Amino acid sequence: MSTITAALGTDRARRRRAALTALLAAAVAGCVPFYFAPFQVFQLTMVLLYAVALAGLNLLVGFGGQISLGHGAFFAAGAYAAAVMLDRYDTGHLATLPVAAAGCFLLGLAFGVPALRLRGLYLALVTLAFAVFLPPLLKRLEPVTGGAMGLTVDKLQPPAWSGLAEDQWTYFVVLGVTATALLLARNLLRSRVGRALRALRDNESAAEVMGVRLSLHKTLAFAWSAMFAGVAGCLYTWVIGFVSPDSFSSVLSITLLAGLVIGGLASLYGPLLGAAFVMYVPSVSQDLSEAAPGVVFGLLIIAVMFVAPTGLAGLPGRVLGAVASRLPRTTAAPATAAPDRTPEAGPAPSTPSTPADPAVADTEPVGAPPRTERE
Amino acid sequence: MLAVDGITVRFGGITALDGVAFTVEPGSAVGLIGPNGAGKTTLFNCLTRRCTPDGGEVRFEDEDLLALPPHAVAGRGIARTFQNLGLFPRLTVRENVMVGAHSRGRTGHLAAALRLPRVRREERELRDQADHLLRRLGLAEVADHPASGLPFGTLKRVELARALAARPRLLLLDEPVNGLSHGEVGQFADLVRSVRQDFDLTLVVVEHHMGFVMGLCDKVVCLDFGRKIAEGSPEHIQRDPAVVEAYLGVAA
Repeated sequence: MSTITAALGTDRARRRRAALTALLAAAVAGCVPFYFAPFQVFQLTMVLLYAVALAGLNLLVGFGGQISLGHGAFFAAGAYAAAVMLDRYDTGHLATLPVAAAGCFLLGLAFGVPALRLRGLYLALVTLAFAVFLPPLLKRLEPVTGGAMGLTVDKLQPPAWSGLAEDQWTYFVVLGVTATALLLARNLLRSRVGRALRALRDNESAAEVMGVRLSLHKTLAFAWSAMFAGVAGCLYTWVIGFVSPDSFSSVLSITLLAGLVIGGLASLYGPLLGAAFVMYVPSVSQDLSEAAPGVVFGLLIIAVMFVAPTGLAGLPGRVLGAVASRLPRTTAAPATAAPDRTPEAGPAPSTPSTPADPAVADTEPVGAPPRTERE
Repeated sequence: MLAVDGITVRFGGITALDGVAFTVEPGSAVGLIGPNGAGKTTLFNCLTRRCTPDGGEVRFEDEDLLALPPHAVAGRGIARTFQNLGLFPRLTVRENVMVGAHSRGRTGHLAAALRLPRVRREERELRDQADHLLRRLGLAEVADHPASGLPFGTLKRVELARALAARPRLLLLDEPVNGLSHGEVGQFADLVRSVRQDFDLTLVVVEHHMGFVMGLCDKVVCLDFGRKIAEGSPEHIQRDPAVVEAYLGVAA
């Protein structure tokens, strides 16, 4: 009983801490545009927008165990949907968001069906083909998309009552959409659906035996993920006010995937860190080396993956774990926080249901990671 | 409750199951024994629709099991464990058990994303039920631990908890005590006996540990090369010449 109350206590404490963190983050995010120069605010806006795309990709890759090298194409589809609506039909900015989202959701659904039959490298190849083939298509459809010249559309304009500058208003709008998107993704993952998704990532056949409908969850994961990328693309059009096929080359898809891996796969705030990385590091490397920014960028990616193989989001845990293992054994408590447990920390919680002979269980070797059943 | 009638499975030129037939009465425990490669696990895979037989019929409470899609089997009240563990290594123990209850949940994608009140309620219920099961099986201490890295004996119990979370009426155990130490086998047998009583389960058990099978089961079916060579009470099976010849052997 005492363990239950203790668990409840930690649960409440955790909830309070989470609320406090969220409040703090909201306060910081709210103050930022008033302290930084317009260009820096613009950069932050771009970080937020990429975070939406990465959160979508995270649903698919990090939690769903599928892969996509074509998310730049969904991003482009969202961006073009918004641009075409603004350009030809002169709709308001806000009206473009649901259209881009729904359109990309359906596009993702259509893509998710063939993805059911493809795995790993094959799926990567097919999605990459989508990303490669979209820009030339956009150039061909000149009457609608403006061809190679692209489309220039109105950016978001602050309403008079707000009293904000253009960059500040844009920042707040994007912040609102991003926060909503991240919240939706978080809700999804912390539910029966998210568990099913992670279960089928870890062991598809066992998940199916538990009653998880593989086709449904895999296709919908693709659809959600494409929708997030499309929303990010729509925001891009709002912020930049210009789309062209060259903005959405297949390099964008690869950058998105790289950003996600660097930020931390299957982590809730990894997408934010990954977005910051892909936004800032290229410009930092430009400063470091005028001649070869690409080389510096590449080396930095290698460095991050070497220091933090679980991504930037996993870095604090790894550091804590390393510190804990250096400290004397008396402070063994943080061992559970360490992502890679030492063998000593492993067998401690093994208490057989009958207290007859706990030593027997302790002599068991620390179990290898559970394997999938082989036929 | 379960009636298997003449099922035949061929993998290429190999006949893994050849016209196997037996029935499982409600509340009974049936042991499936036989040498490696006799088709025991293949039979389990047919029962959970992971494998479609080339011929024969499987009826569960008068419903044709073979007409169901694989994901619907759990909802009918059939759960199983796996031979070499089929856990989700990166999920915590509690989450593993909650996935076990997947077939009883109703939350869809949209409702989950919006986190409607009924989603919260369902989450809380599933979580409470999972915690209850974990306490029952002595796993409360490791509830928040990822499934990977725990001792093998603990993981076996996690898998049992996950299967029970589906509230099955028929539980299929595929080699539940393989890899356990001598003392753990006894403990696990006691555990299975007590949950069988508490949850009113019908059991089908594949196991090589004869002490475990003979102590637990009311009826034993022996397979060899995909054929049923004997069926009967444990005492009967132990003396059956065909079983002794094919599987049990004689003391030297």
